[in-house]
Amino acid sequence: MTNVKVNSVAKTYGTTPVLADITTEFADGSFTSLLGPSGSGKTTLLRIIAGFIKPDQGLVMIGNNDVTDVPVWGRNIGMMFQSYALFPHMTIAQNVAFGLERRGIRGAEARRQVDRALEMVRLPGFGDRTPKQLSGGQQQRVALARAIVIKPSVLLLDEPLSALDRRLRQEMQVELLRIQRESGLTTIFVTHDQEEALTLSDKVAILDKGRIVQIGEPETVYEKPLTRFSAEFLGDSNFLTGAVEDGAVRLADGSLIKSTSILPATGSTVTLAIRPEKMAIASGSTAENSIKARITTVIYAGPVLSYHLETADGLPLKLFAQNRDGTVLKEGDEISLTWSAQHTVAVAD
Amino acid sequence: MKSLGRFYLIATLVFLYTPILVMMAMGFNESQLYELPFTFSTRWYDALWNNKILLTAGMNSIIIALITSVVATALGTMASVALSRRTFRGKSLLQLMLLPPIAIPWLITGTAMLIFFYWSGIGRGMHALLIGHVALAIPYVVLVVGTGFRTIRADLEEAAMSLGSTPVHAFFSVTLPLLYPSILGAALFAFAVSLDQFVISYFLATPGYTTLPVQIYSSIRKGFTPEINAISTVLLLGSMTVILIFARFAKPGDTRDKR
Repeated sequence: MTNVKVNSVAKTYGTTPVLADITTEFADGSFTSLLGPSGSGKTTLLRIIAGFIKPDQGLVMIGNNDVTDVPVWGRNIGMMFQSYALFPHMTIAQNVAFGLERRGIRGAEARRQVDRALEMVRLPGFGDRTPKQLSGGQQQRVALARAIVIKPSVLLLDEPLSALDRRLRQEMQVELLRIQRESGLTTIFVTHDQEEALTLSDKVAILDKGRIVQIGEPETVYEKPLTRFSAEFLGDSNFLTGAVEDGAVRLADGSLIKSTSILPATGSTVTLAIRPEKMAIASGSTAENSIKARITTVIYAGPVLSYHLETADGLPLKLFAQNRDGTVLKEGDEISLTWSAQHTVAVAD
Repeated sequence: MKSLGRFYLIATLVFLYTPILVMMAMGFNESQLYELPFTFSTRWYDALWNNKILLTAGMNSIIIALITSVVATALGTMASVALSRRTFRGKSLLQLMLLPPIAIPWLITGTAMLIFFYWSGIGRGMHALLIGHVALAIPYVVLVVGTGFRTIRADLEEAAMSLGSTPVHAFFSVTLPLLYPSILGAALFAFAVSLDQFVISYFLATPGYTTLPVQIYSSIRKGFTPEINAISTVLLLGSMTVILIFARFAKPGDTRDKR
């Protein structure tokens, strides 16, 4: 069982820095998602851990071994690609046995392990088919079987589900999680799908411009975003900006907003992030914070009503409300939004 | 619309194959002057069998085409690998320079080769023919194999490497088997380019060593006999057989997997 460490890893292409001094650790048996927009460096980081890209500086450790100078084929990794990357000229069994053969496992023992891996991904008896005879989801399962049958030190997944349609993707998420738990493999998963990252991971790392801006458990990263970017990229967020005053934040319209976050010194400007589902339409009760706004757009999505609003200052806000009693507010309605100080998070810009 | 398409297809095939069929038929006609009525005879095949000059030239052509095919395919495939999978200085220039030879008229290439080979002491003869044909065939090989490369995703090799293959093993176990129809196609292309080649061969051949197209040309100038039809038929059937076998197994243009 193995953990993975990267230490001060940096990579620059020409004059463009792609990764800037990344240091982090992936715990033994954990499932970590690298989440970020394209160009954030998440794929580069994965490919550096895999060994396809050599970092300009820094160390990559798999277990207790420094593998920085070890080529891909000597690292004992299991990798899944976006395009499945099954060998089209081989049968399913030959595909799965490929890595075993490279490790000197052949014949009956190889067949036994291939059968077991195919059972694990719920494709028993598919060994004699060719990749072209399988659906996209089935091909992805074979790719997973091929990656785990070699008992890799680490499982690296490069957006493996992005080519699947929504239903199949959700089904594969469940499978992936089950197999990861059964195998106990340290898993690093690159994705740009925030929901996927939240559902699957023990830890989510949010990358922006070649840096990890936040890493932590999904709840922590979602509930307590550290930066405006984290708050925006993972889920939706409302932002209010004001000046710190008496341990609270004074907005431009004069209202005072309370937050349980640690605020900077009095007088300095601070941005507060509030999740749209944490706000409620005021019904006489006295929550800690409130703001008045006018509804500009109503989006009816069945169980959830999504309102776009605007304050008197022209600040856009969003509100997600549960559709409890079937009342839908109309465009132009003036309402008062309330929320608690606990859900008001100070974030860095 | 469908029947119009069918009509065009049939018309094309008729125009392509009628002259060839007439040519083949006349090889079996008794008359030396292609006179009708048609009288079946193998007379011209007997004559061909005894025409050592024509047979030798035919043999030379096949040998040169075979060697050209093997050498040009090997060199061209290696060039394709480098151009498709590696980055190096001057790559785009090299890529660009590979294509013009296909468009340059053979007459010009041939004249240039003749002058260069004479000046450099390479001279004429079998070796000169081989150099010329290989040089001529390589761009076609690079083109055909390069196209094949584009259908093979680079992440297949990466997948193999992640499973423990060295780059060399990944190439031979994954890329080469997938590339094999393109390589076979390129080899046939190179073979055909060489076998077909008249202009350059005409310049580089010596009186003692000629190829079939050059010899047929000389024979026609001396006097046309249906022996030419006979050897053309033999050659045609030979190359058609090879091409049809290839088409049957490799299905060029078909990207679906064989079931």
